[in-house]
Amino acid sequence: MQQIKSPEILGKSIAECTSVIDAKLKGLNGKRALLICGGTGCLANGSDDLIAEFKKLIKENHLEDKVTINHVGCFGFCSQGPFVKIFPEDTLYHAVQLADVKQIVEEDLIGHKVCENLLYVDPVTKEKVVRQDDINFYKKQLRIALHGCSVINPDLLEESLGYDGFKALKKVLTEMTPQQVIDEVSASGIRGRGGAGFPTGKKWQFAANQKSDIKYVVCNGDEGDPGAFMDRSILEGNPFEVIEGMMIAGYSYGASEGYFYVRAEYPVAVERLERAIKDMEQVGLLGDHILGTAFSFRAHLRLGAGAFVCGEETALLNSIEGKRGMPRPRPPFPAIKGLWGKPTCVNNVETLAQIPYIIRVGASEYSKIGTVGSKGTKVFALGGKINNVGLVEVPMGTTLRTLIFDIGGGIPKGKKFKAIQTGGPSGGCLTDKDLDTPIDYDSLIAKGSMMGSGGAIVMDEDNCMVDVAHFYMDFICSESCGKCSPCRIGTKRLYEMLTKVTNGQADEQTLVDMRTLANVIKGGSLCALGQTAANPILSTMNNFPDEYKAHVIDKTCPSHVCKKLMQYWIDPIKCKKCSKCARGCPVNCISGVPGKEPYVIDQSKCIKCGTCLSGCPFGAISKR
Amino acid sequence: MAIKPEVRKGVEAICEEYGKEPSPLMMILSAIQKKYGYIPLEIQEIVSGKTGIPVAEIYGVVTFYSFFSLQPKGKYVVGICLGTACYVKSSQQILDKFETLLGIKAGQTTPDGLFTIEAIRCMGACALAPAMSVNGKVYPRVTPDQVEKILAEYRSQEVKA
Repeated sequence: MQQIKSPEILGKSIAECTSVIDAKLKGLNGKRALLICGGTGCLANGSDDLIAEFKKLIKENHLEDKVTINHVGCFGFCSQGPFVKIFPEDTLYHAVQLADVKQIVEEDLIGHKVCENLLYVDPVTKEKVVRQDDINFYKKQLRIALHGCSVINPDLLEESLGYDGFKALKKVLTEMTPQQVIDEVSASGIRGRGGAGFPTGKKWQFAANQKSDIKYVVCNGDEGDPGAFMDRSILEGNPFEVIEGMMIAGYSYGASEGYFYVRAEYPVAVERLERAIKDMEQVGLLGDHILGTAFSFRAHLRLGAGAFVCGEETALLNSIEGKRGMPRPRPPFPAIKGLWGKPTCVNNVETLAQIPYIIRVGASEYSKIGTVGSKGTKVFALGGKINNVGLVEVPMGTTLRTLIFDIGGGIPKGKKFKAIQTGGPSGGCLTDKDLDTPIDYDSLIAKGSMMGSGGAIVMDEDNCMVDVAHFYMDFICSESCGKCSPCRIGTKRLYEMLTKVTNGQADEQTLVDMRTLANVIKGGSLCALGQTAANPILSTMNNFPDEYKAHVIDKTCPSHVCKKLMQYWIDPIKCKKCSKCARGCPVNCISGVPGKEPYVIDQSKCIKCGTCLSGCPFGAISKR
Repeated sequence: MAIKPEVRKGVEAICEEYGKEPSPLMMILSAIQKKYGYIPLEIQEIVSGKTGIPVAEIYGVVTFYSFFSLQPKGKYVVGICLGTACYVKSSQQILDKFETLLGIKAGQTTPDGLFTIEAIRCMGACALAPAMSVNGKVYPRVTPDQVEKILAEYRSQEVKA
């Protein structure tokens, strides 16, 4: 690409690239465009092999000058991947397997006929859906942070430029003063998408008020919440948008250096971000005197090394500085004294991804989306016991019911919804009584949970909430950095008490002690990890007191999850005496006589591995 | 343990490569972990000599982050996702099965140096839950029944080699 050294050249590049993308999506170039999902989920499902196969068959059939093929970012509908989309018809094929490629090439690319058997089928109406926008999963979504994901090739700067990229940067550098940028972002009402929900404009203003020879922007991509993958998908799908957001932040308060801190667990995101930075440096969109203005900016990439606490902003700064990722006392806040002691704003990936949009459409337009206290959209990673696992972006104020049942398609296998966990290990559970709560920062806190980074894990009747709390406590225990004793020691003690509950060794006093200790940890910890460490316990204790009582008083696990409190049992009437279970049992604890006597499990020897249950062809084995 | 001269050279080269960056320790350690698979005390001493950072501080950092390891890992690192989305879909059972079949616990390596089991926190493949990986290759929607087959896949590679 040519050097982009002035606003005029950028404007020209944008116009050229836009017409190219436009032609590609509308088929004006006489070619059909094949877009294949290259997000982590679909890659694991073999989308790379699909691309190779398409390329091979396109060559064999001499279609090279009739078809273009590109990988794009996450489609969001991950449970139905891998996706193949064909423009200009806008046909979406789902769950495409290697064997299907031949059919698509022959029937669609050559024969111009839609492959009906590869279309998404609406589970309710049983109708086949051709276009993405007509699928229920997408209907109530509004894609702002995910703009360009699943449309542009994230490896090509030209594609970003052709799809609204860097229009906002051009606008701020040529038409706006730094203070105007801060005012615009403040007026938009956007709050940090990383979890705490601090107003972004205010944060930038704090940093702008500081006098310093050097200031930093840090992008927090240390997405550690288990079950959250929105930042990963944004970085994988449109890294340019995030870099642009970071540059706008830098311009607004006088920072000339930016650091991305991304989890090492996200190799695809890291690779694409690295390439995007390099390509931008090459054309002069990063470096000295960008677009010939006085604004200079460099972006750097640092990788995490597997410590959840580094998602906390001050711990993250320590980690960039090559230290143990332990939080610092605040104040001073990073905006005053951050990276290497200089004013620094730490912004989440999703926050920065929204900034270009805010600048493009203006604060007044943006603030029309959302609720009074929470503006814009939020990306959620829907996971767990839900039909449409994936990434969804909805306006703030959307209800949980819409999220789970309309977009998420409800609970698989007709099971009953039990809870949705938001906010990861710092958050809490919401139950069916909260389903009509509009989702925003304040309403979730009022309900005893929190927005967090956007992980939303759905649980059904088969999940034991005490076990879920136990799981989170185990997580927090091993991720506590050890700096504050209440968190370091307290979470371990809480974990032990919970273990007693799940083993049926606890009494009612244990529950009282747990609550007391939970509050001590909350009040005695420096950072959010400790302050919120007890939330999963408190929230499940408040919402599911009966389940705790069952474990403590009746010594039973109502969902039959806690191993010490459940048994596998063979129904002697249903048992066909086939001996399959006995042969499969790893500890030989099932006995009977083939064809004559029904089989029985020796409970004293059973290790509760569940092999017999999953293997029984007659459904004679159950948990009780 | 004696460090081979070529390893020493390699570590020194890594230190020099990142030496110009501000606060390069994390980058140096990541590069060493990636190249050699672990960061024993002897290598930390080399890093200390090159960077001037006290060994105590380097050791503190190495032991803080779960990506850095003091011991060599197995040839095949089996990572079972225990992120929430996988956990509620019974990934614990997958881990249990690996532990039983290999006779080791999560975080340990088999005596023959072939397999290391790691309980990992969310690899972001939640739609494929329960998910696991072997040396980075992701296996989607794993059931306990598949575990034996997956191990056999890697064992047979050994026999061939």
